[in-house]
Amino acid sequence: MTTVKSPVLGRQRQESGTLAVVKSRLQQLLAFASLIVIYTFFAIASPHFFTYDNFISILFSTVVIGTLAIGTTFVIISAGIDLSIGTGMALCAVMSGVFMVNAGLPVLIGVPLTILFGGFMGLVNGINVAVLRIPPFIATLAMMLVAEGLALVVSDSTPIYFTDVSGYTDISTGRLISGIDIPNAVLILVAIAAIAGVLLTKSVLGRYTYSIGSNEEATALSGIDVRRWKITIYTFAGLFIGLAGVLISARLGSAQPATGMGYELQAIAAVVIGGTSLSGGKGSIVGTVIGALIISVLNNGLQIMSIPQEWQNVILGCVILVAVYADRARKQET
Amino acid sequence: MKMRRAVVAAVCAAVAMLTTSCGDDASGGGGGGGEPLISIVSKGFQHQFWQAVKQGAEEEAEARGARVTFVGPPTEADVEEQMNLLTNELAKSPDAIGFAALDSQAAAPLLEQAQSQDIPVVAFDSGVESDVPVTTVATDNRAAAAEAAEHLAEAVGGEGKVALVVHDQTSLSGKDRRDGFLEWMAENAPGITVLEPQYGGGDQMESANITRSIIQSNPDLAGIYAANEGSAIGVINGVRESGRDDIAVVGFDSGQAQIDAISSGEMTGAVTQDPVDMGRQLVDAALKALSGEELPERIDTAFHWYDRNNIEDPTIQAALYK
Repeated sequence: MTTVKSPVLGRQRQESGTLAVVKSRLQQLLAFASLIVIYTFFAIASPHFFTYDNFISILFSTVVIGTLAIGTTFVIISAGIDLSIGTGMALCAVMSGVFMVNAGLPVLIGVPLTILFGGFMGLVNGINVAVLRIPPFIATLAMMLVAEGLALVVSDSTPIYFTDVSGYTDISTGRLISGIDIPNAVLILVAIAAIAGVLLTKSVLGRYTYSIGSNEEATALSGIDVRRWKITIYTFAGLFIGLAGVLISARLGSAQPATGMGYELQAIAAVVIGGTSLSGGKGSIVGTVIGALIISVLNNGLQIMSIPQEWQNVILGCVILVAVYADRARKQET
Repeated sequence: MKMRRAVVAAVCAAVAMLTTSCGDDASGGGGGGGEPLISIVSKGFQHQFWQAVKQGAEEEAEARGARVTFVGPPTEADVEEQMNLLTNELAKSPDAIGFAALDSQAAAPLLEQAQSQDIPVVAFDSGVESDVPVTTVATDNRAAAAEAAEHLAEAVGGEGKVALVVHDQTSLSGKDRRDGFLEWMAENAPGITVLEPQYGGGDQMESANITRSIIQSNPDLAGIYAANEGSAIGVINGVRESGRDDIAVVGFDSGQAQIDAISSGEMTGAVTQDPVDMGRQLVDAALKALSGEELPERIDTAFHWYDRNNIEDPTIQAALYK
């Protein structure tokens, strides 16, 4: 019976899909405008805010959340969710310590291994979701706990220091372009955002991500192996967990096993503020990056203005509410 | 239409929130007030211990005509978050910084930046392994451990065997709380035999297991000293599981389990640090550094012995956390 319905359904979806593209552009503009408004506001409000150093500080503090958010954008557009990215990042950081400190592997091998380990975690998530049909929320919640525990077990609950791994901290804090004062971590974020943006909009992976997110059934009926692509999406997002693990441990010079809890929610918040719909099918990398920047700018600006920390969280919460409200209002129109 | 309204709502809400907050800031002194600004970056924020440090710092600042801001990461594992907080505080160019490092190594570049900006850094709580801080405001763990030893000696009547369960032998607090206890016993309690210290990693289960085996092999044990909260909870459980009620237990810090055990009489008492005093001394040290006074390498903050008799005292209550 579904076969009869599907062509009609498919056409409807396609139309709303075109509309959605236009709308999501608008949403991006909205997010970008908010970012500019907030940035300008702080620049006027505090003389300490609008400096080059502080601008770089904001970008630098966006790197880890931004990396996680970019990866998880794919998962969310496919109508999934990944709660394991925060503690998964901590586990990856610990694994990078195992590879490079305990096993003594060179950075050039240890870093790709760590990123692949993140991909492996994503693969497990993908299999749980696509093959075992565990709802993504539950599957990745379980993975979140497993990763949190394993990070402590593997590291014996103590930080692993990269003191003797030469060049490791340069991945985050070094300056690749001499003369220009931009930390490497920021350059990496820009690069992966560009790559992810192209993949999402121009590649098969991106096309199927949107397609599965807007109508999984129709996608399956059109002959696409949804299972395989879901696994691919989670695995791909996992690579970003691995990279985030590298970036955070390189920044700190140590792998902190107990860290990470809560990062997943910040990353998801960044994705949502950026206009990606939690019900799938819509969203963009540019939006996510802007969402992550909005969070960083707010954190930084409010703190520079000496707003009490309790209120910083209240304000951040309100911004998320407003962003989701805008998203809902947009949906009601269609 | 709705879309546009959403946009307007979003922007209005953002601006409204920010301007309100801005008002707060203005009344609090703003960016350029005459009062010195001391930025405190702690190891935590919502925990009672850190809230008490904050309270002490704010009281002292109020009395001395200074301003303080107090921030900290959500948990003591959030090292990156603490680095972001410290970066943002440095961007404000405060007059002085109070800092309790979660990870000294991660903070090193930022501390150097503070130094190059000529912002004096006062370390507090556990201190910072670096030459940058002008002084460290922290509890004198040795003296506090000696206080615990004195009370345990008194509880066992000056004679018999006592054991100690310490969280570890590597951290400064572990070593100081062990040695302070041992030294006091060696000097002042000739009738007491102290067993080899045992280490339970501050883990409740492990400390409980250690306690049971100590009691097993020393049936005549008269007292046990536990060097931190986790060890203390373990010792309380270990003694309880062994079915003994004739062993005096003395602990460290607070937390609901210890407070309950002290109220019920299972535990003789414990030594608590005084976070309010830590906050006060921190601000005092920062202001002294600003006026160019010489500061000692360490500034010891208060600690208190508490037991069933004085647990309700306001000074004790202020220092306890649950």
